[in-house]
Amino acid sequence: MATSLTLKNIVTKLGQGLFVLWAAFTISFVLLQIMPGDAILVRFMDGDMGLTPDAIASIRTFYGADEPFLVQYFQTIMAYLTGNFGNSVISGMPVAQEIMVNLPRTALLAGLGFTGGVTLALIIAVLATLPGFRWIRNLFQAAPALLASVPVFWLGILLIQIFSFRLGLISVIAPGPWERLILPVATLAVPIAAPIAQILLRNIDAFSVQPFAYVARAKGASQRYVLLRHVARNAVLPVLTIAGVTFGELLAGAVVTETVFGLNGLGRLAERSVRNQDAAVLQAVVLIAAFGYVVVNFIVDMLYPLIDPRLRKPQGGNA
Amino acid sequence: MSSFSEPVIAPRIGTGRGLRRLLHPVTPGLWLSVAILIVVILWAVAPGLWTGYNPVEGQSGNQLQSPSAAHWLGTDELGRDQLARLIHGARYSLSGALTAVGVGLLVGTLIGLVAGATGGRTDTVIMRLVDVLLAIPSLLLALSFIIILGFGHIQAAIAVGITSIAAFARLARSEVVSVRRREYVEAAFGSGGTFLGVVWRHVLPNSLNSVLAYAAVQFGWAILQISTLGFLGYGAPPPTPEWGLMIAEGRNYMTTSWWLTIFPGLFVIVVVLAANRVGRALRRN
Repeated sequence: MATSLTLKNIVTKLGQGLFVLWAAFTISFVLLQIMPGDAILVRFMDGDMGLTPDAIASIRTFYGADEPFLVQYFQTIMAYLTGNFGNSVISGMPVAQEIMVNLPRTALLAGLGFTGGVTLALIIAVLATLPGFRWIRNLFQAAPALLASVPVFWLGILLIQIFSFRLGLISVIAPGPWERLILPVATLAVPIAAPIAQILLRNIDAFSVQPFAYVARAKGASQRYVLLRHVARNAVLPVLTIAGVTFGELLAGAVVTETVFGLNGLGRLAERSVRNQDAAVLQAVVLIAAFGYVVVNFIVDMLYPLIDPRLRKPQGGNA
Repeated sequence: MSSFSEPVIAPRIGTGRGLRRLLHPVTPGLWLSVAILIVVILWAVAPGLWTGYNPVEGQSGNQLQSPSAAHWLGTDELGRDQLARLIHGARYSLSGALTAVGVGLLVGTLIGLVAGATGGRTDTVIMRLVDVLLAIPSLLLALSFIIILGFGHIQAAIAVGITSIAAFARLARSEVVSVRRREYVEAAFGSGGTFLGVVWRHVLPNSLNSVLAYAAVQFGWAILQISTLGFLGYGAPPPTPEWGLMIAEGRNYMTTSWWLTIFPGLFVIVVVLAANRVGRALRRN
């Protein structure tokens, strides 16, 4: 499909994305590496450790904490660009290594959670348009407010209790690799399905009474054809925007979900890094979140013209 | 098709004053929400009036009792009355949410006011930075501040507040920008008002309405976020009866004593729903 996304447009969007990443790096660097003061001194000056001043000095050299912070800032930027995220103050391991181990797990969880959430939202929206399913629509127009008020961690605990302990449907002891993901994915999916379903429903309502829908029906198209061919295409656009915003929710949701379900992943890593005051690890997770946000929103921006021909710039006569 | 718009009938604003006018039209659901919030506020202010049990010290031999006439919502693993703990815990949820919304409102409005009132390059730079904050998921941003501020109830509340600064700043800026273009502001400048004077006397008060309404909507969200941080163990330490922390503690007894997890969760949901309902009504008017 020929889109007329101009090169200039793409380059501008990329530039904006890079700016966001750089600024997010700077903000998180100031927050997590400069503001806490000298984390290493605080950590190792503890008398119980019995470290000599010389030993502390060499630890500080190892972590680069003895440099002035502008030097540290540029060193850290250069290191990040080469994929070196520093060392964990707790484990001494390279942060990049911990990230690489945990990233795929969280990506899988978040990807399934997002797919599940969108699918659930679509099912709800389509069911609600069928005659006789009016009550679903009424229910779900009230439900998003309710679902948005439910603490995610509480929902997770409830699901474990109901499906694992009461109904015995999902094994708690040594579940299979996919089986153990069912409840966490559901926990992630439900809260993001609610707002998406709400917007879909509202859009379908709004677009079903647009002149183009009446014209299509007057020309003899079936209700379903009009819904899929004319209404759905229009209704899905704002959902795309929400999807971009939802990405952050997924990562934040992973912190809670992985903690509740005892899964390893980026969320758990973030949770532990806060507990241990391990700022380098948290900074890496924060930047991965910002990176994901930038990438997802870039893709969403690129997808708009593909889905909505009106957003393509007219090029000569074949727009 | 029927593109004739219905004649607009101006909403009849009741002669009743204050709250009633702000919340118009008052539906039964809204009444219920207001009632719930009032009760929870009273719990926070004077918990002793509502329960005679001690929320921190338990009675031995009274552990893990299921709900009964003596203990309506049962007792926990230390023999403490759960209803008493929830009533005393209202203080933490409400004060935390107030602190969080206060931080977001004050700092966000200030940033938005400076950006919107000065305009030009300052505006662009400030708002770009605000947009960057939106790229970081709010929970992760809150965690970054908790690493700096340390664990604790107030620290968690401030961290939650900081994550809402970006949204407040954007809203305040857009209001300020639209108010600045009004004729009365032009007139105030024209009649010799100083920049700060006009901003303070005309721009700020007229921009504040929708920002305050947004603060009301944020209140429920803040309660939810604070309970999440409490659950993760970054908020008030045990034996504080903070609702999120209570869910985390009750979780260990979930299979045998479901009431320790279910009730605090329901309390959070009901209060957040009520706060959202009232917040949206305030925003509408």
